[in-house]
Amino acid sequence: MTEPVIKTEKLTKRFGDFIAVNEISFETYPGEIFGFLGANGAGKTTAMRMLCGLSIPTSGKATVAGFDVYRYPEKIKKNIGYMSQKFSLYEDLTVTENIRFYAGIYGLSDRDIKEKSAALINQLGLQNEAKTLVASLPLGWKQKLAFSVAIIHQPKIVFLDEPTGGVDPVTRRQFWDLIYDAADKGVTVFVTTHYMDEAEYCNRISIMVDGRIDAMDTPANLKKQFSANSMDEVFYHLARSAKRSAD
Amino acid sequence: MKQLYTFVKKEFYHVFRDRKTLLMLFGVPIAQIILFGFALTNEIKGSKIIVVDYAKDVASQQLITRIGASKYFEVEKSFADHNQIEDAFKQGKIKLAVIIPQNFNDDILHFNKAQVQVIADASDPNTATTLTNYITNIVSDYQSSLTPNQKIPYRIVPQIRMLYNPELKGAPNFVPGVMALVLMLVCTMMTSIAIVREKEMGTMEVLLVSPFKPVFVIISKAIPYLLLSIINLIIILLLSVFVLNLPIKGNIFLLFGASTLFILTSLSIGLIISTVTTSQQSAMMASLMGMMLPTMLLTGFMFPVENMPVPLQVLSNIVPSRWYYIIIKNVMIKGLGFSAIWKETLILTGMTLLLLGLSLRNFKNRLA
Repeated sequence: MTEPVIKTEKLTKRFGDFIAVNEISFETYPGEIFGFLGANGAGKTTAMRMLCGLSIPTSGKATVAGFDVYRYPEKIKKNIGYMSQKFSLYEDLTVTENIRFYAGIYGLSDRDIKEKSAALINQLGLQNEAKTLVASLPLGWKQKLAFSVAIIHQPKIVFLDEPTGGVDPVTRRQFWDLIYDAADKGVTVFVTTHYMDEAEYCNRISIMVDGRIDAMDTPANLKKQFSANSMDEVFYHLARSAKRSAD
Repeated sequence: MKQLYTFVKKEFYHVFRDRKTLLMLFGVPIAQIILFGFALTNEIKGSKIIVVDYAKDVASQQLITRIGASKYFEVEKSFADHNQIEDAFKQGKIKLAVIIPQNFNDDILHFNKAQVQVIADASDPNTATTLTNYITNIVSDYQSSLTPNQKIPYRIVPQIRMLYNPELKGAPNFVPGVMALVLMLVCTMMTSIAIVREKEMGTMEVLLVSPFKPVFVIISKAIPYLLLSIINLIIILLLSVFVLNLPIKGNIFLLFGASTLFILTSLSIGLIISTVTTSQQSAMMASLMGMMLPTMLLTGFMFPVENMPVPLQVLSNIVPSRWYYIIIKNVMIKGLGFSAIWKETLILTGMTLLLLGLSLRNFKNRLA
């Protein structure tokens, strides 16, 4: 059996009396696309922040890319990629400048940066736009660029925080092709989403309710377990029991 | 190191692509220097006045000629009566009226004593005081010219020397003030906006997830504005030397050293603002209201701090630009050395360290 890339045991985060994340335990494996679902306020973001080394857990254990989140947050940072729902590109920088900047702050060598940015621009078919400002790119292109930039340093895991917000279904589908590509190369994809059709694309999903993981399995098994026709129904069934209101 | 270079390069892209901000960065100091230098000045030149000459003799003519020769007044001779003078005041046509009574010359010659009435529009008290001072000086000049060789018993003549600014120009007062204002504005506002923009755009999250150290984010944000501020400083000094004819009397390195310290103080205030605000607008408002107003009002270059009520005087002590203003005046205008400014330098250094410490702690707290 391969080593898990992310492994948590009873990972908990409290803010005062409020338990944002309540003893969650799960494992993800290389090349796996792991969907992290939950209503707003269920604790997804807090859980993700702990795994990214941005937030220190209150209790429980977690290792990411083989490093303990308490002791080696800096080493974790070198081995993960991150893309937020805002796409996090600099609008007043060109495509090439954005790629080079992110590659640069991950400490890639000059030669690597040159090769990778050229390869990336070719792969995305942005040869003609290499010198245009990101602000003038269509949303779908920005999103693909943001994803490619997030994995330019070949991380073991990439965290995607609602990566497809505000993007049309066709572009979304194309975006998922990129995600499958990355997973085929062995990158673990940890993705949060609100779109249940996207949840079906994942290898395995977990559904968070009120800080707990209430269900975790492949989409097919979950539907069987809750005798539902679609992920929508599964999600609705679980989320209905939530006591916390959305934030 | 290479990562830092990459980051600083990116910051320069931001700065140079934002033409409007860039224009503001360099336009504001130039406009302020020129405005303060030529338009807004404490000197009052060419005020319109009426001289009513009832005497029409030698002495009155000589006095009127002297008043007219001064650059401060534009004399309009008139034989208007008192009511017409008042109308002229009411309509704002004149700022001052001089009335020379009959037998002016005779009085001087025979009684050794003559009177001149001066009426000023005191609805603006500062202008009125200044103008009557000008007139008084002209009259006493005239009086001493009448008796050049005669010895008048018991007359004490104060020999006034205006040190550092013999012509009582406004520039020595406001150039240091504008320097404080501009550096404060550029460093505090620009740095806080630059950092908050990353938060707003969501790029800050990505930076924090990256192995790039948060401290370096701050350093690389500060470097471009540090450089721009120094360029700004050079522009202001060049303008004041060559356009306003205000020489730099003290050591230029000391001046730049002290200014760099003040720039660092302003940068750390910008950092603090960036840690407590989440939008560019609120960062801008905080910098403007929180820094620009105190800099203008409590530094002493518009209103003397000594005349303020005690609570305001105490408050002015925590405004960094107040200390910088003293340093610049001492070094640039009076030509003093470090021994004259060590106390202010120490205070600014203390403030900077405290502010930097606070902002770094705040910045880290945000992460936990």
